[in-house]
Amino acid sequence: MTVFVYAAIVFGVLAFAVGTAARAVQYARQPMHLRWELYPVPHERADRAAHGGSYFEQSEWWRQPRQRNLRGELAAMLPEMLLLKALREFNRGLWYRSFPFHLGLYLLAAAAVALLALAGATLGLGGAWPGGAFGRGCVTAVTAVGAAGLALAIAGACALLLRRIQDPALRAYSSPGDFFNLGFFIVALSALGLGWATRQDGAPGALAIAAGLLRWDLAVPIPALLGAGIVLSALLLAYIPLTHMSHFVGKYFTYHAVRWDDAPLGEARRLRTALSASLAHRPTWAASHMRGRGDGTWADVVATNPSREDGP
Amino acid sequence: MRPRTKFSDLARADREPVARIDPADLPPLSSPGPPPAKLAAAWPARMDAAGYPLDGTRVLAFPDPATKAERDALVGAFLSGLEKLFSRENNWTFLQPLLLSMEHCARCQTCSDACHVFESSGREELYRPTFRSEIFRRLYFEHVKGGGLVSAWQHGRVEVTWPLVARLGELAYRCNLCRRCAQACPIGVDNGLIAHEIRKLFSQELGIAPTELHASGSMLQMKVGSSTGMNAAAVRDNASFIDEEMTEKTGVAVETPWDVEGADVLLIHNAGEILSWPENPGAFAVILNAAGISWTMSSDIAGYDSVNYGVWYDDAQLARVARMHAEIAKALKVKKIVVGECGHAHKALLVVADRLLDGDLRIPRESALTLLRDIVAGGRLRLDPSRNDFPVTLHDPCNVVRLMGVVEPQREVLRLVCPRFREMTPHGVDNYCCGGGSGFAVMGGNGFQDWRSQVAGRRKLQQVLDAFSDCLEPAVRKYVCAPCSNCKGQIRDLLAFHDVWRRHGIMYGGLAELVVNAMKDVNPGFIEWEWR
Repeated sequence: MTVFVYAAIVFGVLAFAVGTAARAVQYARQPMHLRWELYPVPHERADRAAHGGSYFEQSEWWRQPRQRNLRGELAAMLPEMLLLKALREFNRGLWYRSFPFHLGLYLLAAAAVALLALAGATLGLGGAWPGGAFGRGCVTAVTAVGAAGLALAIAGACALLLRRIQDPALRAYSSPGDFFNLGFFIVALSALGLGWATRQDGAPGALAIAAGLLRWDLAVPIPALLGAGIVLSALLLAYIPLTHMSHFVGKYFTYHAVRWDDAPLGEARRLRTALSASLAHRPTWAASHMRGRGDGTWADVVATNPSREDGP
Repeated sequence: MRPRTKFSDLARADREPVARIDPADLPPLSSPGPPPAKLAAAWPARMDAAGYPLDGTRVLAFPDPATKAERDALVGAFLSGLEKLFSRENNWTFLQPLLLSMEHCARCQTCSDACHVFESSGREELYRPTFRSEIFRRLYFEHVKGGGLVSAWQHGRVEVTWPLVARLGELAYRCNLCRRCAQACPIGVDNGLIAHEIRKLFSQELGIAPTELHASGSMLQMKVGSSTGMNAAAVRDNASFIDEEMTEKTGVAVETPWDVEGADVLLIHNAGEILSWPENPGAFAVILNAAGISWTMSSDIAGYDSVNYGVWYDDAQLARVARMHAEIAKALKVKKIVVGECGHAHKALLVVADRLLDGDLRIPRESALTLLRDIVAGGRLRLDPSRNDFPVTLHDPCNVVRLMGVVEPQREVLRLVCPRFREMTPHGVDNYCCGGGSGFAVMGGNGFQDWRSQVAGRRKLQQVLDAFSDCLEPAVRKYVCAPCSNCKGQIRDLLAFHDVWRRHGIMYGGLAELVVNAMKDVNPGFIEWEWR
């Protein structure tokens, strides 16, 4: 059982990391696109960003130095990442359900990282975590964060599932997979919480299991329900990058690479090089006005006038 | 209560519309007084028997395949185009944003309440921003990503048939591409972009696009110089007539300079202004001459028409027209191009085509709104704002504001020349589309003009009425400033359809007209309070 639990944890974390990275790399490697920004763009100069303005509001903007307001960008990003600001603003009813869910996941992630840090420290201290006030305080804090995270994530997932079932507008657009995803969260996290809460006196807790994992100690007797919860949660972690639940990756790109991407071609050698490469592609669109002069490149197609040369 | 439209309804093989919209289901307008009779005349009853009708109106002309082989061939062409949309060779222009919008929608419907078409239709499911996106997404996972049972379980599935394909193409033209939904999406998914890409697929692969945008739009522009059909001689004749009119009206000699090599500014208007609202190019001529600007217009092909309809439906057409505009500026050796009061032309030439124009085609490009702001705020005109002593509100063209970030210059001008300026709610980057965006304003057959007056423009009309709620009586003349040609066309049709000039005394026009109306050095009364 123990080796199975350890293997599941390693697999889950690695699969999550690899899957997430692969998705990010996939999007990052897409070709430069035409500009399609959406205002407000928060890295604009603060006085313009306040009303959603752009550098186009300046006279002869191409002569002015561009000022990137990183502070403004951070001020827009943090509430969006931590508080789901857009959802709160535009869909308050769903935010009441989604925010606890996401906050719960953030707390769980924080607790997992802290647990591994404590476990690492335990190994550094010769295998036993100090029992003084500080040591107990740390464990209590991590436990509290983890428990709160579990409770919030489970409650949020239940609320989201109920909403998806009850609201006709959501239900009609949901696939079986959407219901499964939320159900998976509820089952995996509930098993984890129940396993932890119902373990017998003397059974290893989260810290002991984490320390056991780090030293690959197969003698740690992990309780069955807790082990099942860990395995399910690890599988859930591995599953996330395969679904649209990895929208935290997509969101980075939709904001930074599309909505806020206002870089003019003129100032970036990278963009000019990308344009040259893209114009060298040979499109195969079939409509008559797209053909240009036969199997030409995009540069050839764009240089033709189909109303005079090829088209109807 | 009407039944909820389902995805599978689009695949229906019968010739009945998928949705029937009863005007009684539309949100009531706050306009006092009895509605004009034609409000009650149900445009949705004007059903279209051709092809596979969607909702009683139609902008695309589809082939009507008689045999299964013909239907299969069309479906095959659609699927081929679908695949091309996701290849960098064919769609490097929008591949990254499209992929992101395909793969990360949480189907939370947060976008729905942001959509004026969905809301103004009485929440008809067909117009929900996610409706067409979800069908397209399911086709993507099934036919581009490999499909299979697991995919169907995870993403859902729709059966691809010719009726579904044809109706999906038509449905791409029930979205104004205003991208207010994208602004509301917590993840950044862009349903407007998806509609745009569906339009591209139909145009670039199947050669199907609204006549007004393609054959009589971008193709005509590239052939004779303007989507209005005006050739160079006609436009110069018209401009000469406008100069005479303006001279007589303002008492100031007005002459439009043509093809002046080395001018500081190449001004490109939407040529529709020259035909439909000649006072706008006329006002620009008065202002630029009075301010001592070195400027010119071009009589070269496309040089006198800033429209670029490709931005709504076809990347190649977009790039070709943008390139023509840049080449003309290069040949004239002007210092910059200034785009007149035309929203989509702003976005096309200054924003979207920015990453298409390099080398010697990289001519600086600027908004006329910025130039007007500089002239007015810079004290280069003698102004008497009391000449504009009537209520004025501002319509924010989506292409200029939310999609480009030019928000304040037009307001700075209005604050200086219109003492009774008031904002709409919401405004700026949160504005609502006029309902004519993405080409709708120039499309009107088969009941479409009624549809955009009843549904797409309904929210804007309500905003206008709300902005003037303290003075709706017709004796008080009011002005909706719409610094965009297509928005003006839509607002004209909206006000006419709902009889708003007669009932409430609400007129519309551009920004430059208000400036000239306040100029001390011209005769008073530039703005004519007469409905045309």
